[in-house]
Amino acid sequence: MTSTENAESAENAESIGNTGDTDNNKVRSLPVTDLSLVVLIGASGSGKSTFARKHFKPTEVISSDFCRGLVADDENDQSASGDAFDVLHYIAGKRLAAGRRTVVDATSVQQESRKQLVELARKHDVLPIAIVLDVPEEVCAARNAARTDRADMPRRVIQRHIRELRRSLRHLEREGFRKVHVLRGAEEAGNAEVRTEKRYNDLTHLTGPFDIIGDVHGCSSELESLLGKLGYADGVHPEGRTAVFVGDLVDRGPDSPGVLRRVMSMVGSGDALCVPGNHENKFGRHLRGRQVRPTHGLAETIAQMENESDAFKQQVREFIDGLVSHYVLDGGKLVVCHAGLPEKYHGRTSGRVRSHALYGETTGETDEFGLPVRYPWAEDYRGRAAVVYGHTPVPEATWLNNTICLDTGAVFGGKLTALRYPERELVHVPAERVWYEPARPLASEAPGGHEGRPLDLADVHGRRVVETRHAGRVAVREENAAAALEVMSRFAVDPRLMPYLPPTMAPTATSRVEGYLEHPAEAFEQYRADGVARVVCEEKHMGSRAVALVCRDEGTARDRFGAAGVTGALYTRTGRPFFPPSAEGSPEGPSLTEQILGRVREAVTEAGLWEELRTDWLLLDAELLPWSLKASGLLRSQYAAVGAAAGAVFPGAVAALEGAAARGVDVTDLLAEQRERAADAAAFTDAYRRYCWPTSGLEGVRLAPFQILATQGRSLAGVPHDEQLALLDRLVTADPSGLLATTRRLYVDTADPDSVRAGIDWWLEMTGRGGEGMVVKPLGALVRSGQGRLVQPGIKCRGREYLRIIYGPEYTRPENLDRLRSRSLNHKRSLALREYALGLEALDRLADGEPLWRVHEAVFGILSLESEPVDPRL
Amino acid sequence: MFLTISTTGAPERPATDLGYLLHKHPDNAQAFPTSYGTAHVVYPEASAERCTAALLLEVDAVALVRRGKGKGRGGAPDAALAQYVNDRPYAASSLLAVALSSVFSSAMKGVCRARPELPARPLPLRIEVPALPARGGAGLVRALFEPLGWTVRAEPVALDSEFPEWGDSRYVGLVLEGEQRLADALRHLYVLLPVLDDAKHYWVSSDEVDKLLRAGEGWLPDHPEQKLITSRYLARRWSLTRQATERLELVRLAETDDSAVEEIDNAVEEPVDESAEGSADSSAEESGATEAAGVAGSAEEQAVPLAVRRREAIVDALRAAGAARVLDLGCGQGQLVQALLKDTRFTEIVGVDVSMRALTVASRRLKLDRMGERQAGRVRLVQGSLAYTDKRLKGYDVAVLSEVVEHLDLPRLPALEYAVFGSARPGTVIVTTPNVEYNVRWETLPAGHVRHSDHRFEWTRAEFRTWAGTVAERHGYAVEFAPVGPDDPEVGPPTQMAVFKVLTEKPEKPEKPENASGEKKEEKAA
Repeated sequence: MTSTENAESAENAESIGNTGDTDNNKVRSLPVTDLSLVVLIGASGSGKSTFARKHFKPTEVISSDFCRGLVADDENDQSASGDAFDVLHYIAGKRLAAGRRTVVDATSVQQESRKQLVELARKHDVLPIAIVLDVPEEVCAARNAARTDRADMPRRVIQRHIRELRRSLRHLEREGFRKVHVLRGAEEAGNAEVRTEKRYNDLTHLTGPFDIIGDVHGCSSELESLLGKLGYADGVHPEGRTAVFVGDLVDRGPDSPGVLRRVMSMVGSGDALCVPGNHENKFGRHLRGRQVRPTHGLAETIAQMENESDAFKQQVREFIDGLVSHYVLDGGKLVVCHAGLPEKYHGRTSGRVRSHALYGETTGETDEFGLPVRYPWAEDYRGRAAVVYGHTPVPEATWLNNTICLDTGAVFGGKLTALRYPERELVHVPAERVWYEPARPLASEAPGGHEGRPLDLADVHGRRVVETRHAGRVAVREENAAAALEVMSRFAVDPRLMPYLPPTMAPTATSRVEGYLEHPAEAFEQYRADGVARVVCEEKHMGSRAVALVCRDEGTARDRFGAAGVTGALYTRTGRPFFPPSAEGSPEGPSLTEQILGRVREAVTEAGLWEELRTDWLLLDAELLPWSLKASGLLRSQYAAVGAAAGAVFPGAVAALEGAAARGVDVTDLLAEQRERAADAAAFTDAYRRYCWPTSGLEGVRLAPFQILATQGRSLAGVPHDEQLALLDRLVTADPSGLLATTRRLYVDTADPDSVRAGIDWWLEMTGRGGEGMVVKPLGALVRSGQGRLVQPGIKCRGREYLRIIYGPEYTRPENLDRLRSRSLNHKRSLALREYALGLEALDRLADGEPLWRVHEAVFGILSLESEPVDPRL
Repeated sequence: MFLTISTTGAPERPATDLGYLLHKHPDNAQAFPTSYGTAHVVYPEASAERCTAALLLEVDAVALVRRGKGKGRGGAPDAALAQYVNDRPYAASSLLAVALSSVFSSAMKGVCRARPELPARPLPLRIEVPALPARGGAGLVRALFEPLGWTVRAEPVALDSEFPEWGDSRYVGLVLEGEQRLADALRHLYVLLPVLDDAKHYWVSSDEVDKLLRAGEGWLPDHPEQKLITSRYLARRWSLTRQATERLELVRLAETDDSAVEEIDNAVEEPVDESAEGSADSSAEESGATEAAGVAGSAEEQAVPLAVRRREAIVDALRAAGAARVLDLGCGQGQLVQALLKDTRFTEIVGVDVSMRALTVASRRLKLDRMGERQAGRVRLVQGSLAYTDKRLKGYDVAVLSEVVEHLDLPRLPALEYAVFGSARPGTVIVTTPNVEYNVRWETLPAGHVRHSDHRFEWTRAEFRTWAGTVAERHGYAVEFAPVGPDDPEVGPPTQMAVFKVLTEKPEKPEKPENASGEKKEEKAA
């Protein structure tokens, strides 16, 4: 290995150690990196422990003597050395893993013992540093003689130590020590000063603000446009911002020298930082005269450089040689590198770290285009620092687990992207043309492909735990995920258009009021106990729960959601479409879904909500009426059937009893009972009939929105319900078609008996007229109790007649009601909160622009939980 | 639930003899506790000319549900909403049959201690069951009762008079008239009421099965519909156990969406009742889609069912491709897996389906639990979904997609394309799908109908070729087409098949290795 190659990078440049050829009388200054493994080398009695005590914190130093004491109660018991070094290596490893400098105080005169320490340093990606105390034999012997515990140490031991040390001196760098400080004689050792140095990659003191710029690849015109858009004038930002380049400045594009000239000048003047990309690395090797294959666009760069002066070439070579593989910035909150970096490598220094920073980790496989498959490290990333990188072209820059890839394929005709930090705003300019044909299309057509990678079964299958912001970890059992997979795969709408599923809702605590199973008094009381002072009662529309994704146009649906040929979706609680998709170019015209979306869209436009909410799409939670529209199968096979059977059986049964009574048989009680049962059955038929009416096309169909769940870049789950309803009222007013229906509401103070009474009366009146009931919600929508846990986002209070559909025609008979009152709500409440947390999580991930698989993970979790065993009547 | 039994008298034989036969006095209202509620017997009329006994069973719906709670088998599964609101309290189902046998047990046995000669005597009987659940409709009711000597009147009951467009319910008002011994009449009812009811959410215990078969002695063996009566009964038992163990998660997801589980758990065909029933309620799509249904055409073509031909064509293509490790994507009930197991050249066979029930049926069909280790080592059944990429599917020789793509909504097809051709990327992909042009040749299929109710689309030959060509081009495969089944000169074959072969990749040399060696040096230098 020649010294030239040794100097390939700044990190490596450090390895040219100070080899101690200086004057004995001068004070030696020994640079020691702040995160390193310092190995003191010297014979017994050479003064290592004294040196360590003087220059390092006591806790930084681990001595072999101490470890011998730990395992053998005797610091000089040489027979315990094996175990003692095991302990030493173990402690040193723990410290290095935690990012703490560690000093090993042992003789370390043998190559074998040093080798283990160098390996330990490599394993933890820190620099191994050697400090040699080359002290004469007499001095060592005198010092040992002064110590009672070592007074009888044979002289030959010291002689052997010194012999081995001398033999080692020339090889220390080759053994892997990146700095080697040799102190000759007791005096030099005594006068030396240790100076702590920061690592080259440690720029934590720089706080920006930064403009981090993705892979440029010789697109100098786009770079100039982007810098202009970011506010730079001739490479300088008037507000003192710093540009940070993630590497791959060169190759493929039309003007790599121009890009280099600009970036080098900005770095030179302190207006920019730059980390190397794999393309710089290879180009640098070429400039140093090494044989490299001119593939992947290097040939273009070489050709473009031919007209450049030798001086410029020399500058470029030095610039590239001086690039540091990654930077830790802003107090450790930001890491910039070319290909992404797992947290364990942040701020570390090793060839492995450099390799990771430049090339990323690959799985060893190649994909359908023959390109290496990259390990999706960002999916596992949980680090505190935001990692900003490039390297892998993606159609859109999206945040994932606090990481973002800024390579948006400018050279392939995509765009050049910058991230404003700490603002976290993306700024981009489109490519002026396709400068270089990509080996693989930027986006796959599969769902999720436009945001990095398509959905993978491992995202949803088997037992899973979903991390949520609002309720911690939510577990999904395997059998529930299996059922959800079936429904999601076979019956649901395109997952791209399904960023949310509604959570289940718990009913109010069971009422003791005579004749009632549910009554609002308990709901108000529950919220009062949770510390919720103000609630809204919303009329429950007896329809089918519907989620509507309404985009302004097909372009929005395509760009934001990656779905072609539609303007949104309208789906049920389990993600199924309400209406069949219409065949392309079908003579019936647009599908019913599109017709409904069209009407909502017009109302949004009319109400001016696109501008007011600064969005091109809305996600609505709503109820689609009539119930019979979706549930007609169930209605016929279940509800109407029960009514029909009852209707057929009672006239005969009552007539038979009347006949018997006429003959003088005492059937009084039985007859009365049959008449009551007949009346109950008739009431049941009346109950379901209220929710059925015929529809034709959109005629008779109504949509009652009650919450705007999300808009571009924003979850509205925390917007108070009165504000929500005010927006939705405007939507209903603005709808000329009569599709949209208002949700009636009443506000109640849970601590005010009169207000509570009014709420109960409202419910009695509404359900007395056959209404389904109401949902009581905290006015603040997303609310926590005094103990900090989420309170139920809504509690349903179902009407007495409506509950016949749920609990059976005769549930109101006192003997039935008594038994039905012993129902357990705990599981349902827990389920409702877990699903709610997943729903919030899906909306937050959507708002943060996270990739589809992250949103889908939470949505899929909701569907899975819906198959948990819980009393279905709740 | 309710039924009446009437008879008319003659001078030598007053109608009130019915009271002796039934062992219940006409002048009393009597109540009998049964396991499902209280049964009452009253006589609305009781004269020498005419006597009617009414059996009224008051089903305790709440107790009915609670009975099953937590008991698993033998009890109703406690998580299906369908049980809480159902027709059991009103319709004449197996519960009424059970009540009948317990309240009138002596009459059913033909025992009358007071008047021992009465049971052997046929009576002019009239039996009315106002709400009889009848899967198979009035036609089947007649087919079951008429051979036993009854004059049958079966009037369908409308679902809801306010919604005439909903049509008839599955109930009929039944009136039977005939000269029968009362014991026979009761045993007919005891067996045939539950057979007509599909009773899908109720478990009938195995000793009741025996009782039912005993009750059929003397008339069931000679009944022309004996096979249907028996098979329906057995099929019902099987489907009940299945429901109790396999589908509850899906049941809940269906109910979440206000739908019946059959709407979504339809990946496996229900065992179709054989014979007479076809005319009654089996839809045209079903009979058209039944794989064994013959290909309309010449007799020899009908001899080999299309499904068999399809499997043969696929196995031939697999052999031609030299495949050893095969994915059967959408394996359904495992027929192809079964066929592949017979040829040891196929060393690894993985059946993948999204339906857990399909996998369970496939496992049962293959007898996986009893298979020898060596053979079992060649086959695996796993749940998977082609809506997602799946690392487990990488590296196989061939993937078969037989009659799968048409079960996906068209907008979701690109996901499958990527999962198979982009991600799993086997050397060969075999796709079969119906040729919609051929549908006009299916006698049983009404015009414009798809062959299976779950088919989201069916392609013409041109449409299939366009799709396959695009997919091949996008993912670097070459594609060839072959007919399966008789290739009709006008409309083509019933099934179309495409065989995709991956084109040899000529990848650019990946960047990493070249640079990686440099890295190693760099690290060593460090």
